[in-house]
Formats: sequence, structure tokens, C-alpha cells
Amino acid sequence: MTPAAAALGKDLVGLEHLSAEQIRLILDTAEPFKEVSERPIKKVPALRGKTIVNLFFEASTRTRISFEFAEKRLSADTVNVAASGSSVQKGETLVDTAKNLEAMRIDMVVMRHGSSGAAQFLGDRIRSNVINAGDGKHEHPTQGLLDMLTIRDHHGTLEGVKVCLVGDILHSRVARSNLWGLTKLGAQVAVCGPRPLLPRGIEDLGVTVFSRIEAAIEWADVLNVLRLQLERMEAGFIPSLREYFRVFGVTLERLERAPRPLTIMHPGPMNRGVEIESQVADGPHSVILDQVTNGVAVRMAVLYLLAGGRPELADAAKSGAGE
Amino acid sequence: MARAKTSQILLDARALARALQRMAVEITELAHGTEGLVLVGIQRRGVELAERLAGLIERAEGGHIPRGALDITLYRDDLEVVGPRPVIGETRLLEDLTGKHVCIVDDVLYTGRTVRAALDELADFGRPQRISLCVLVDRGGRELPIQADIVGKQVKVGAREFVEVLIAELDGKDEVNLVTRS
Repeated sequence: MTPAAAALGKDLVGLEHLSAEQIRLILDTAEPFKEVSERPIKKVPALRGKTIVNLFFEASTRTRISFEFAEKRLSADTVNVAASGSSVQKGETLVDTAKNLEAMRIDMVVMRHGSSGAAQFLGDRIRSNVINAGDGKHEHPTQGLLDMLTIRDHHGTLEGVKVCLVGDILHSRVARSNLWGLTKLGAQVAVCGPRPLLPRGIEDLGVTVFSRIEAAIEWADVLNVLRLQLERMEAGFIPSLREYFRVFGVTLERLERAPRPLTIMHPGPMNRGVEIESQVADGPHSVILDQVTNGVAVRMAVLYLLAGGRPELADAAKSGAGE
Repeated sequence: MARAKTSQILLDARALARALQRMAVEITELAHGTEGLVLVGIQRRGVELAERLAGLIERAEGGHIPRGALDITLYRDDLEVVGPRPVIGETRLLEDLTGKHVCIVDDVLYTGRTVRAALDELADFGRPQRISLCVLVDRGGRELPIQADIVGKQVKVGAREFVEVLIAELDGKDEVNLVTRS
């Protein structure tokens, strides 16, 4: 009898396999959680007694802190495990690490991992709920969800909103989660970036491709500017950071020629002067910090929706209690 | 919606209006006037009832009665039993409640668990001088030591019966029914 939980399943691995209704459920559930963070006492007891492990095999500041705030504001007990300085360095496998944690009676694992598919792999092998906080180049579902919530806040809907992802689409799990989520909820999606950094055949998914940032700006309502990872330059995908900024940089000058003001988003951390100009990042149409605020609410919603999904407990409670 | 076999009207629109009139007076008496009085409705129908009661008190006493709304979903003790509610309502408590007389308004008082959760939630918004409880229908069946201060109608409800409260703002008409499940 857990309709919402049944609707979401045990794990949140990505947005690819969620339905439009499931995504909408998460976004709608996030709305009341925004208000919790504005209270004098920013805490509700919904996940009291739950133990959550934040298992981060890759460096992360924003996402880990955001999850940790979300967990604490729901009254869960949390433990952070970073790969460096843990038994992982001593050669323990992912499943062994997780099984050991599970032997200490945990309820959920929030995991970031460098390998695509790691979250699914772990979710299939342990009983605890697994939430993907970014796996390789695969997905970063809570980032996709918070981006969608932010667009919905500013445009009232996702239906028909024109969103262009700018930058390294090929290596970006943020881009992938955005693409899945946005198209499912009826947004029009485009990408813009250097050809070698766009996945081949992306047009076949109904995604518009712009090779010129000026054309993207003319078309879009929203620009989601992705971080250019510096290692891409070393790998030869782009000639230089200066060159990238000259051709694809989101600048005030370029935005001023747009037919209407664009909402500017960035998942962070920003390289000012590489993919985005400072005046744009700090400008009146930037919602970059709103994204960060919404991140906590979305993660609270996901934790809350997954935590209720224990049908066997529900049955036990029902047969135990009178009604 | 449960499949309903028979339905008996406990309060029609006029009886409900009279009950609310009386409850408004009782709230004012209990609070010794309207100074520091805040009406807080529990989502969903409690919010509408609190709005109406506040309006009635304002008409009789003048002044403005602050209203609030409380969604106690996140304070429930049965998340794992019932699962997450698909949509959580709004919680809106504009002011610090310290020193106020907070009157909680709900449609039906049954096990008392909702009120227990509401008391916990209110405690996170300050320290009211007094919290009282006002319900449209008390149907008995308490599982916690909680009683209402002000009751619109007391009813005995059998095992296969439940109380259905209809409010014009949400349901198109004012009516309280005792419904027997088939």
C-alpha cells in the first residue's frame, strides 16, 4: 500500500527509466520541502532513525553537502565515506565495501562513482536504497531534477520551454540526465558545443544541434552552461581554453543580441572566463544559486519518496496493529 | 474514494453553519477574546474550516485573526506503514508563535495521531502560551491521550463506518456524512 514508493522503486539510478509521472511526482514533492529550509528550525522528523551513507569515490563538494543537508533536515543519521583514506584504497571491491556498511544496518546509500553504471550495479546487489549522485558519464539524476525544478520555477512549466545545453555534452552525466528528464516532460531540447564533444547521432533523439552559440542564444529560453573539464583540452578535444571562450563562451555581448532575456543556468563549479563570463554568471538572469537552493529540496524529496518504499514493513505493521 | 453503500447526513449545510457559529463563540471565550489568538488549520479541510471560523470571529469581534496552515505529513509516525503521501500540502505559519494562543482546527478527530504530529510540528515554530484543539466532528476511537477543547458534533462510529466532511470550497457543498462501507 505504498503507491508513491511503488511508483519510484527501490533505487534512483537515472532519469532514463523513469516515467514522466514519476519525475513529476518528485518535482511536486520537492515544492513543500523548499519551505522546510526556510523555517526557524530547519528540520522535520520524517526520516528519524534512518541511517544513510554518503559513499563518494570521486571528489565532490556541492553535491555531497547538498545531500548531507537534505538528510539532516529530514532527521536521518548520516555517515560520509570518501574513497581516499578508506579501505577502498586497500583494494576492497565496491560490493564488499557496501556489504560491510550494510552489515552495520544502514538504510540508504548515496553514491558517486567514476564508472558509468556503478549505481545500478550496486543497487542490484544490496538491499538498501541506492541513490546515484553521479556515475561516470552516465547520469546525475538529482542534478537533472534540480535543473528541471529551477526551470519550472522560472517559466511556470517545462512544456514547450526551449532549453539548450552548452558545452561538453559527450562526457557529461549532467547533460544526459537533463536530456532524459526534459524531453520526457515536454521541453524542447538543444545542444551546442564543439562537434567532437557532442555525442554522435544525438539528432536522432529529437535534439536540435547548434554549432554556433549565437544561433543557440537566438533560439533558446534557457541556457544550461556545462562546466568545461580542463582535462578535455589535454585530451585534444579543443585547441585551448581561450579559443573555447572565444567561440562558445556565454558572454553578455552575445546575450544582449537575444530576442528575449535568457535564463542562465550552470551546475557548478564554474570556470569563469572559460564557458561563462563573470557578468553573465552574476547577472540578473542567472539562476545558478537558485539551482543550489533547489538541490536540497529535490534531494529531500527523493530521500523521502524512497524511504517509504518498504512494503514488507507495511504488511508486518498491518498484521501487528489492529488497523 | 471508498465504495459507499449507505450514507447518513450528520450535518447539512445549515446545521454545519450553526455549529461553526457556536464554535467561533467558544473559541473566543476560551481565548478570553481575540488578543494573541491564531487559528491554525490542518491540511486540507482544517485549513478551510479555520478560515471560516476566523471570518466569523472577525465579524463578531472586529479586528484581524491571523491564520496558519499546517501539513503534518512529515511529522507522521507511520511513513513506513502508509508510504509517502503523493503530494504534501503547504505549511504556512507567518509569525513566531511564542506567547500566542494557538487554536488547532481540524475536520475530524479520530485516533489523535494527527494532533500529536501537529503538536510536535508547532513546537518547532516557537512556544505558544496555550494550544487548544477545535474539531468539527469527534468520532471517538482515540489511540493517544488527546481530547478536543471545542467540538462541533460528537458521533459514535461503528467499525465499518467513517465520517465524510464536505466543504464547499473543496467539494462543492457543505455536508457531514456518516458513510457505511459495503
